[in-house]
Amino acid sequence: MTIKQLSIFVENKAGTVSSIAKSIADAGVSIRALSVADTQEFGILRLIVSDVDKAKDVLSENDCVVSVTKVIGVQIPDVPGGLSEVLALMSENGINIEYLYAFITISGQHAYVVLRVEDNEKAAEVLSKAGIKLVSQEDIDAL
Amino acid sequence: MENYYQKEIETASYEQIRQMQSERLVKTVNHVYENNEYYRNLMKKKGVTPDDIKSVDDLHKLPFLTKDDLREAYPYGLMSKPLSECVRIQSTSGTTGKRVVAFYTQHDIDLWEDCCARAIVAAGGTKEDVCQVCYGYGLFTGGPGLNGGSHKVGCLTLPMSSGNTDRQLQFMTDLEATIICCTPSYAAYLAESIYEQGLRDKIKLKAGIFGAEAWTEQMRKDIEAKLGIKAYDIYGLTEICGPGVAFECSAQSGMHVNEDHFIAEIINPETGEVLPEGEKGELVFTCITKEAFPVIRYRTKDICVLSREKCSCGRTHVKMAKPMGRSDDMLIVKGVNVFPSQIEEVLLKQGLTSNYQIIVDRENHSDTIEVRVEMTPELFSDKVNDLSKKEKEINAALKSMLGIYANVRIVEPKSIVRSEGKAVRVIDKRNLYN
Ligand SMILES: [Zn+2]
Repeated sequence: MTIKQLSIFVENKAGTVSSIAKSIADAGVSIRALSVADTQEFGILRLIVSDVDKAKDVLSENDCVVSVTKVIGVQIPDVPGGLSEVLALMSENGINIEYLYAFITISGQHAYVVLRVEDNEKAAEVLSKAGIKLVSQEDIDAL
Repeated sequence: MENYYQKEIETASYEQIRQMQSERLVKTVNHVYENNEYYRNLMKKKGVTPDDIKSVDDLHKLPFLTKDDLREAYPYGLMSKPLSECVRIQSTSGTTGKRVVAFYTQHDIDLWEDCCARAIVAAGGTKEDVCQVCYGYGLFTGGPGLNGGSHKVGCLTLPMSSGNTDRQLQFMTDLEATIICCTPSYAAYLAESIYEQGLRDKIKLKAGIFGAEAWTEQMRKDIEAKLGIKAYDIYGLTEICGPGVAFECSAQSGMHVNEDHFIAEIINPETGEVLPEGEKGELVFTCITKEAFPVIRYRTKDICVLSREKCSCGRTHVKMAKPMGRSDDMLIVKGVNVFPSQIEEVLLKQGLTSNYQIIVDRENHSDTIEVRVEMTPELFSDKVNDLSKKEKEINAALKSMLGIYANVRIVEPKSIVRSEGKAVRVIDKRNLYN
């Protein structure tokens, strides 16, 4: 079970991320999770949004390089050390995490993170087996 | 008191020079026609035979040679002597695909070194001087040319080659160098280091001979003030022989072309028509004394003006102004010839688009080159590592093509300024020709 993430190329200069956020908002799409990874010169903006297709169209129209990446949304167990349990499961099973970041929107008492791994199927299986709840695309759309 | 290395030749009358040039031109054309198939074919195509060339006045009848010819004829196609008669090659730096290899007999080396010796003497050099050569040695003509010239003058020669500034400064102070030969940007860099390290009182330099890249009058003033020297320009290109094709004298107002070895013409770059003295156009050279690799009517692509006005130094050879630009899009960065088309080739091979921009600048007296290229969906990844790796790959590919480091910067699509739909390819912030 995966969710769709938008990955957007941005230059490392003031105002880029906010102008992207604005054009998405203007299209009536909400941002559920966001992270920016950057080097000195460029960055990659990663977004989980309420309407992937619409956001992608808007960004493409604005000359952005944007791609859709499948990632895993994980509901972190509501106990102390919940995140480290998830990370431990990954490393025990030899699953390399490329990056992770948190959702902005918190539903109820739970926290959610986005995990980017090479092998989504394996990660999903490992997590499900351990009784950890994964977030579906429908969950995102319903947020 | 003006000193000359070869006074009789350097101060010969215009008639004497013309006479000498005519005789040598006829001889060279015959030599090349007999021994070089490539140029013979060019002459045949134009319907010219050696019999048509009786004096300098007939020079315009001969076909031009261009860098493309040199590339097509690479490596041996423009030689007019058997390899067994040659003793040396030199080559332009690092530019694969556009590399020029020039061959020299011992006679060719001698005349080249004579030309460099004239430049050193014109800059005030004598056998009492200590001449520090910090041009690169090796395939690049800068080091070997000035080294040979310095030997001929009888200077104590310090064959330093380029780089290693601390060692340069140590030898300069310990061995009391009086003349320095290098690129103007390196001279400016050394001047700054000397100033910063408080060595100004410890150096004995009196003159510098600076070439292989364009520099401005402002740079000359800065270097002269910081080092307390006179700074002289020198011009040359590997295709003709290397540095010493033309050099500056005490008047410091243009470079005397060594006319007993090279005939200079100015042409209209569009039509190829020869322009009268004083008009601006493309500089063309004909070698009239070389044996192994005597190029005839070689188009330098440098935009320039020639002047026969009487010079205060007493030399009579025609003077060329500092080149005022290029008739092609070649850039000279850190003394290396860079063509935008080479950069484009690398980018396309790496899966990038031709939406790129080259930005050349000068920081701390050293040239920098940045290549901006627009991100494409194919190249993009959501992982920083992938993009950094790709950037490194492009950097390495450019380095191996150009021979110098060019910083690649991937930018957002459509972010490169376009003019009438086309990306502005080159931005040279150095203002070298002002
Ligand atoms: Zn003069």
